Amino acid sequence: MEYFLQQLINGITLGSIYGLIAIGYTMVYGIIGMINFAHGEVFMIGAFIALTAFLALAALGVTFLPLVLLIILAVAMLFTAVWGWTIERVAYRPLRGSFRLAPLITAIGMSIFLQNFVQVTQGARVKPLPPQIQGGITLMDGPGGIVVQLSYMQLIIIALTIALMIGFSLIISKTSLGRQQRACEQDRKMASLLGVNVDRTISLTFVMGAGLAAVAGTMYLLYYGVIDFYIGFIAGVKAFTAAVLGGIGSLPGAMLGGLAIGLIETFWSGYFSVEYKDVAAFSILAIVLIFMPSGLLGRPEVEKV
Amino acid sequence: MATTNQPTSSNRPEGAELESEARRAAMQGVPPFNAEPAKRSRLAQSFREAAITAAIVAGLTLFFFAFRTNIATGGLDLAFRPDLWLIWIAIAFVARFLLSYFVFATESPITGFFKRTKSERSSLPIGKILGIVLLLVALTLPFLLDVFLPRQNRYLLDLAILILTYVMLGWGLNIVVGLAGLLDLGYVAFYAVGAYSFALLSINFDLGFWVCLPMAGLFAALWGIMLGFPVLRLRGDYLAIVTLAFGEIIRVVLLNWYDFTGGPNGLLGIPKPTLFGLEFSRGENGFAEYFGLEYNPIQRFIFLYYIILALALLTNFVTMRMRKLPVGRAWEALREDEIACRALGINTVNVKLTAFATGAMFGGFAGSFFATRQGFISPESFTFIESAIILAIVVLGGLGSQLGVVIASVVMIGGIELLRNLTVLDAVFGAGFDPTQYRMLIFGLAMVAIMVWKPRGLISTRVPSVYYKKKKAIGADLVSQGEGH
Repeated sequence: MEYFLQQLINGITLGSIYGLIAIGYTMVYGIIGMINFAHGEVFMIGAFIALTAFLALAALGVTFLPLVLLIILAVAMLFTAVWGWTIERVAYRPLRGSFRLAPLITAIGMSIFLQNFVQVTQGARVKPLPPQIQGGITLMDGPGGIVVQLSYMQLIIIALTIALMIGFSLIISKTSLGRQQRACEQDRKMASLLGVNVDRTISLTFVMGAGLAAVAGTMYLLYYGVIDFYIGFIAGVKAFTAAVLGGIGSLPGAMLGGLAIGLIETFWSGYFSVEYKDVAAFSILAIVLIFMPSGLLGRPEVEKV
Repeated sequence: MATTNQPTSSNRPEGAELESEARRAAMQGVPPFNAEPAKRSRLAQSFREAAITAAIVAGLTLFFFAFRTNIATGGLDLAFRPDLWLIWIAIAFVARFLLSYFVFATESPITGFFKRTKSERSSLPIGKILGIVLLLVALTLPFLLDVFLPRQNRYLLDLAILILTYVMLGWGLNIVVGLAGLLDLGYVAFYAVGAYSFALLSINFDLGFWVCLPMAGLFAALWGIMLGFPVLRLRGDYLAIVTLAFGEIIRVVLLNWYDFTGGPNGLLGIPKPTLFGLEFSRGENGFAEYFGLEYNPIQRFIFLYYIILALALLTNFVTMRMRKLPVGRAWEALREDEIACRALGINTVNVKLTAFATGAMFGGFAGSFFATRQGFISPESFTFIESAIILAIVVLGGLGSQLGVVIASVVMIGGIELLRNLTVLDAVFGAGFDPTQYRMLIFGLAMVAIMVWKPRGLISTRVPSVYYKKKKAIGADLVSQGEGH
């Protein structure tokens, strides 16, 4: 029971990180209908920027932890957003209106480029960061010496994810930008006829997605403490899986899918084998897609003839 | 009744017409718009654009060029190197300024030369001629190399074998993506299945290359059907992500099933192919001795070269013939419109399965060739990046175009290899410069650049397999390929 609870907490934490990345995929897919394959790399870039910013702050002598966290989050979001914007501008915008595989190929090319760019400029070795936030709340003292603990880091991740989710849901449902995004999602041509600046809306979608990926990257860095240039690929694939699982195009779906993937992975490694956790996540994806092709919360696609 | 119900003039047809004519007359002359905004001078505008670009580049690269985290004892160490950062900002500024000044902001850009469109399609079948020339070169390549470049003979032959392997994989994937329009991101799985089935069969049952080759192909096709059956009802991108997932699953299983596949250590001692039982080795019963030739290790490379050439040509031949069979026609019809296909009574699941299985079979052949060439395989060789490279070759070449795949393979794979040997770069970037480090970086950039330059691939026109009266090429803008719906 205690073991189960602990795994549940770990799974939710991991799922929150996946969910934050998955939102970027799902928003982009919703608006322009393409798999932004480079999004996992954007997450990795966010983690690297956060690491560098952290070290720079330490070198400057800023050590008050809450302030440091706020600054590195802000810096990572800002600079990763610039990356997100640039990727869209360079690799996707020229191909708008082209056939469907073209932006997918540039996305894969971008992904390869970004991985190697980071590898060349920052080195291929794994970067360790000692844990910065220690301690936690002990929820339960089990009989066998098993302690169920919700660490402060996990608490921060979960709380931040919930806050960002609420914030983004509000942006999408209440603001003018959100209305424009939903309009573009439904019909891009009609939206542009009605005076929506479609290019700007799409750029802002990429910026928002990159910002969330940067948060996920920062959290990943602080939670696991090791990053390298390759973390983006597997996290990206899992997050995309999460987005598809939850029903692509749907924000709550992305979060739900992220949680599902995180929980499946954690429980599988907790109870069966660590080696096959990816196999478990991907198999669940295949099974869900075969029986519910539009995901958990997605709308079924209507075939137009 | 009085005339209270008299319709107004605009409610009557002739009145409405008069009114609209009056409106039109009122709008004649100078439209009531604002005058065109005064244009900035070309220099100022270019300067402004260059400054914006430089600022963006500064933001992008601040944390990657200006700072570098190094692993030091007791944690991480931060190195500050602003010179590199400033140099790149300057490069971006100058490049954008020149581009803006001479290309974007002028009425007559200096690149106008490239934009000339051909007024008329040349009647010469360039594709056909190029194909025949390439085939002749491929058939005689070992001798050409021997005559013209005897010193780099072996290296270049090895490179040719590598390129041909990718050509074959590209042709195999072309059946799935280019003809049937199914986006497959996990093609490397079949390559891996072929390689591992060949290796395991030959090691455990002591079978030779020529016995195992068809079996490996069959195994791969079987896997294609097994994986394809549940997922082929999915559409477009969903299919892509599930095939990617299957590719990863197979790799993870290969990596962790120690007893069977050797895990990360891979499989060693895979036998080399023989020519009717003759081995390409020194000594007794070798190829050289049997034919009374002097032993030379290059003979084995030439033999391998001809095997992969034959396999690749077989793939091409089968694909070309398949396009003329009902099933091939059904593939192409499926790519263009799945709903119409179903309406016409084509069993879409079966048609997709045949495409998947055929593509997988050729992937399996290529895999067993890879295993026998290397003599060693491990899961390292079958990562997602391989799938991405093969898909990139197919799409960059132009979906469905056989010649395009060849050109794209030569450009991408050969181009990467070329970077290895460019000693000129040493002179530019200093002695410690290692171009191999930048191989994949340039590969990724090239993928983006080629795609933005020619979104439909290098060979984008398509010759239909069925035509009415006259065969004519279909222009790129009319081709709706690989929509995958």
